[in-house]
Amino acid sequence: MGMTMTQKILAAHAGLESVEAGQLIEANLDLVLANDITGPVAIHEVEKLNKKTVFDKDKIALVPDHFAPNKDIKSAEHCKCVREYAKEHNITNYFEVGQMGIEHALLPEKGLITAGEVCIGADSHTCTYGALGAFSTGVGSTDMGCGMITGQAWFKVPSAIQFVLTGKPSKWVSGKDVILHIIGMIGVDGALYKSMEFTGDGVANLSMDDRFSIANMAIEAGAKNGIFPVDEKTIAYMKEHSSKPYTIYEADADAKYDASYTIDLSTLEPTVAFPHLPENTKTVREAGEVKIDQVVIGSCTNGRMEDLRTAAEILKDRKVAEGVRVIVIPATQAIYMQAIEEGLVQTFIQSGAIVSTPTCGPCLGGYMGILAAGERAVSTTNRNFVGRMGHVDSEVYLASPAVAAASAVTGKISQPAELGL
Amino acid sequence: MKACGIVHKYGDNVDTDVIIPARYLNSSDPAELAKNCMEDIDPDFVKRVKKGDIIVANKNFGCGSSREHAPIAIKASGISCVIAETFARIFYRNAINIGLPIIECPEAAKEIEAGDTVEIDFDSGMIYDKTKKTEYKGQAFPPFMQKIIEAEGLINYINENK
Repeated sequence: MGMTMTQKILAAHAGLESVEAGQLIEANLDLVLANDITGPVAIHEVEKLNKKTVFDKDKIALVPDHFAPNKDIKSAEHCKCVREYAKEHNITNYFEVGQMGIEHALLPEKGLITAGEVCIGADSHTCTYGALGAFSTGVGSTDMGCGMITGQAWFKVPSAIQFVLTGKPSKWVSGKDVILHIIGMIGVDGALYKSMEFTGDGVANLSMDDRFSIANMAIEAGAKNGIFPVDEKTIAYMKEHSSKPYTIYEADADAKYDASYTIDLSTLEPTVAFPHLPENTKTVREAGEVKIDQVVIGSCTNGRMEDLRTAAEILKDRKVAEGVRVIVIPATQAIYMQAIEEGLVQTFIQSGAIVSTPTCGPCLGGYMGILAAGERAVSTTNRNFVGRMGHVDSEVYLASPAVAAASAVTGKISQPAELGL
Repeated sequence: MKACGIVHKYGDNVDTDVIIPARYLNSSDPAELAKNCMEDIDPDFVKRVKKGDIIVANKNFGCGSSREHAPIAIKASGISCVIAETFARIFYRNAINIGLPIIECPEAAKEIEAGDTVEIDFDSGMIYDKTKKTEYKGQAFPPFMQKIIEAEGLINYINENK
């Protein structure tokens, strides 16, 4: 029986000819990741292991990004714990404030992950790297810590859902709208324990930044991973960012899928997920009058160069609506610098937005934009659970950078067309 | 091994942000985390919960963030087992890895109500609702996971096997 793309990567990393859904395997890891929240728990756990040395100091990435730059004394202690562990074990890929960025934007940018590799990260959005044709998945701290020492992790081989993408999205429809549409269609557990495998002619019409956004939110449908085929765009991205070799895996023609959905990208509209689940999606046209207090443009989902360019195109020569607070967070230092060079930061500030150093901050209600009771935010982040960005009585509406920027101007959920764009 | 306690009941998609809100993740101390467990979905949980109690929920329990702090907070609050229709996959792994017993059982998740006294026999996978006098067969762990559970978590399993 044929294998899915994910199954082929897992088989190769488990030293097996073939695997099938449901099989338990131990796979070799190419990259193991943690941040300042999950890292200290992992470090504390691995202290109990007999073996203390890491499996490969070059294949571990430690990125303080959630509550960094340190938001308070306790967070400072966590960052210190990660920093000291990285130093003690001579970890090559530790990124201090000044070099760091939001982990899932940073690692591909630094070329630490390429097609065909297997990565686990103690962060649920580790599935982002599926955009590059890698198998990557989120785990907890103990799994991460054990992976860091042994270089291996156990997996139950997932079955898959196939998403055949066709057509070309219209100007203001991005990868974020695609994934919100899909989650709205299949639900927040629609791909539970499974792979989401994207394929079809439409993939060529999605930029790498679009694909990162889509793979990033596979977890929001409960998936183990989301994965894209490797094409010219993927190869160009990897050549630009990485000196590591890569391996291209393709799903077999007779691979078995639990379900297959065809989505014509040209029919999609700007989409918003209403509180308090990413599956509560509506098109912006259906949204009605939803007044907002805050806009966040950033995160591992949408803090990349194209996201900022889109937002700036809309905010250029426009003003943020009175009473709305707009927080723009470039995901990495390189993106931040590029945004300065392109004049985007100036555009944001002139419009009345603020621009922050890279951090996960508000996405998880950490800091840098916490909501009060009754407040509403349109956010390009990935979760809108109860209390996610602050008070339990606040609300988060998930959207693309284009919708977020248009909403910033009007003060209510809007799309660029409402500004004559 | 058995667990027995009073049931705290929840619905679908209980996410790790409500199990332990991120504003408390500047601590990783189990006792500290337990003080705020379930706060955003059930503010009285920490006052009500007694050692040995059981959480019963519907589908996709533990969805969202990979924070291991979530099962740690539940375990440290005194909960002896979580029964759900389904679990989100990262939570499932984390619970096993830290030694919080969890069982998937759609029928039990549907029928058991808040306040019921429930007993679970982990060796047989049987769930007994002593209040309703009903019983359910929960899904047994595959042998591989059973070994991790018998070792009381992944750390011990690796120490014993690698």
